[in-house]
Formats: sequence, structure tokens, C-alpha cells
Amino acid sequence: MLSRSILSRVRLSCNPSPPKRSASQLTSRKQRLLRQSATALPTTAASFSTAALRPATATSTFSSSSSGAHPLLRSRTAPPSLLLRRLLSDQTRQAIDKAVGSAPVVLFMKGTPETPQCGFSRASIQILGLQGVDPDKFAAFNVLEDAELRQGIKEYSDWPTIPQLYIDKEFVGGCDIIVSMHQNGELAKLLDEKKVLVKGEEAEGEAAEANKE
Amino acid sequence: MAESSITESSIKEALTLRLKATHVEVQDMSGGCGQSFTTLIVSPEFAGKNSLKRHRLVNAALKDEIAQIHAWSAKCQTPEEWEKEKAATGGNDGPHWMGLPGGRSLAWISEHDALPRDTKPCL
Repeated sequence: MLSRSILSRVRLSCNPSPPKRSASQLTSRKQRLLRQSATALPTTAASFSTAALRPATATSTFSSSSSGAHPLLRSRTAPPSLLLRRLLSDQTRQAIDKAVGSAPVVLFMKGTPETPQCGFSRASIQILGLQGVDPDKFAAFNVLEDAELRQGIKEYSDWPTIPQLYIDKEFVGGCDIIVSMHQNGELAKLLDEKKVLVKGEEAEGEAAEANKE
Repeated sequence: MAESSITESSIKEALTLRLKATHVEVQDMSGGCGQSFTTLIVSPEFAGKNSLKRHRLVNAALKDEIAQIHAWSAKCQTPEEWEKEKAATGGNDGPHWMGLPGGRSLAWISEHDALPRDTKPCL
């Protein structure tokens, strides 16, 4: 029941390209992953469902712009250090500007909020869920869907790892910083100041609903 | 990708040299392939800097090393903060990334390791 309630609340729309698996395969994979996470982390999973983090809709920027990427940027053989030093093209920078400004809270991550593809991204999305970030004020971008974004965001933020969190267009940090700010209360304070949390009443209502299910 | 030459000791040496770290703990979380490290860095150079600035300092000092590996996690403390935390926890609180308050484990390390290599999890 728990996994179904999560499924009903989380949208898949942060994937710029359509899923390649058939609907039934995808559903069973999603359910398996969600069951795993629900088993391992009952408290966290429940909280995640109440916050129902979901990406905003303006997430297709990169699928449309990526066709014009410089071929070298897409090369799989170039060493990462060379790619990191390559100057960000104006086009990529503008696309990332737009992504960063697409919602008050923006997370660049590996995978989607419901199926993170890396433990660091998973931890970060879980923390945002625990904090009660309002899904309507949140957007997630899957860097695995776009090599240009994956490389570009590192240079844009001058930060070597994914995930990366932005609040009100300002770079907050990566997973280590998100975890430590979560633990020392700074994240709760910041999210509250920026007014990006679900309102108390609404959150309680959703929690009650989730418990019923 | 060429075989990584990054090891626990090379990271420790670099941090001691470049950041004047007084204490460094490095753990290779990859099981020996040199792709995933978690670190505790104690340096007086962190004094007066917030968390973001400290991490940026470390990222700059280890720019080439971090570019070669797949996962990197760091905790940056001044000597004073480190002493204080040791005194408070008896120096036995385990790796800093292993849990959230209330004892909930994030439980993602094993999952992370289970990912196929070509997904390059964290960089």
C-alpha cells in the first residue's frame, strides 16, 4: 500500500526523454525499488510520500538544446579533467541558468526523485522530503539524461560532484553539505526563511492520508 | 579510463601538504579499486570559513584527484572543532556519513556499490 501511495504522488516528468521500457516493466521496476526503500527505511519512505517531491514541468530544456552540443563535449574518450576545463558554451550556460531559475528549490541529481541512480542523490532527495519541501516549489533535473548538463553543471557551479542543490538560484552545496545542514538545523532554517516548505495544515493532512493507506 | 592511481595515502599526503591538514582520515569505500573515498579533514585553514567555502577549498586542492574518481565525500573541521567533537562523542561516533539524527541509517553505501560500473555514480 505504501508503495502505491508513493507512486500515485510522484511524477516521472523530470525525464526529458520518454522511458524506453514498456509501461508494465517500468511499473514493476518502480515498485521493486520503492519496496526496497520502504523496507530499508520505513520512516524515511513514509515522510517522502507525505512531501511528495516531484519535479516541475519545465524540464525539457536540455533534450531540445543538446542536439547542438559540440561533439567533443560528448566524447566518451576524453579525460574528465579536460572536459572540466573546457569553457562552458553560452548556450549551455543559458540553459542551466533557466534550469536553476525554474523553481525556488532545484536539485541536479542522478536519476529521478522516485528512482535515484546514486546513493548521494538518494540521500539528498530523502532529506528534502524529510524537511517537507513543497513539491510545487521544487524541480529535479536528471543529469544522466544529458551529458552536456552533467558536465556543464559542474563548471557552472564550480563543483565537481552530483547532486547539487540550488535555493533561490543560489548554490547551496552537494550531498555532504545537505546532510550536515540537515543535521545541524541550518537547512530547516534556510528552507523556512525561503518559504519553500509545505504549509503545516497541508502536511498533516497528507501524513494522515498516508497513514490510512 | 586509465587505472586510477589515487589511494588513501596519496590523498592523505596531498591534503597534508596542500591544506596544511593536521589530521586526515581517508577511507576507500570502493573496496580497493580507488574510485570512492570518504574523508575527515582537520585543518586550521578552515577557520572562519563556512561549510561551502571549506568544501570549495578542498575541491580546489584535490581538483585533479577528484576528477579521476567516482565518489567523494568530505567532512571539514578546524582543529578546535575536531577536539570538541572528540570530547563530546568520546571519539567514537563512526564515519560521519553513515546516519541521520535518530539513528536512521541512510543505507545507501551497499546500494551504491551494487550499481553497474558504467553508471559512474557520483561525478
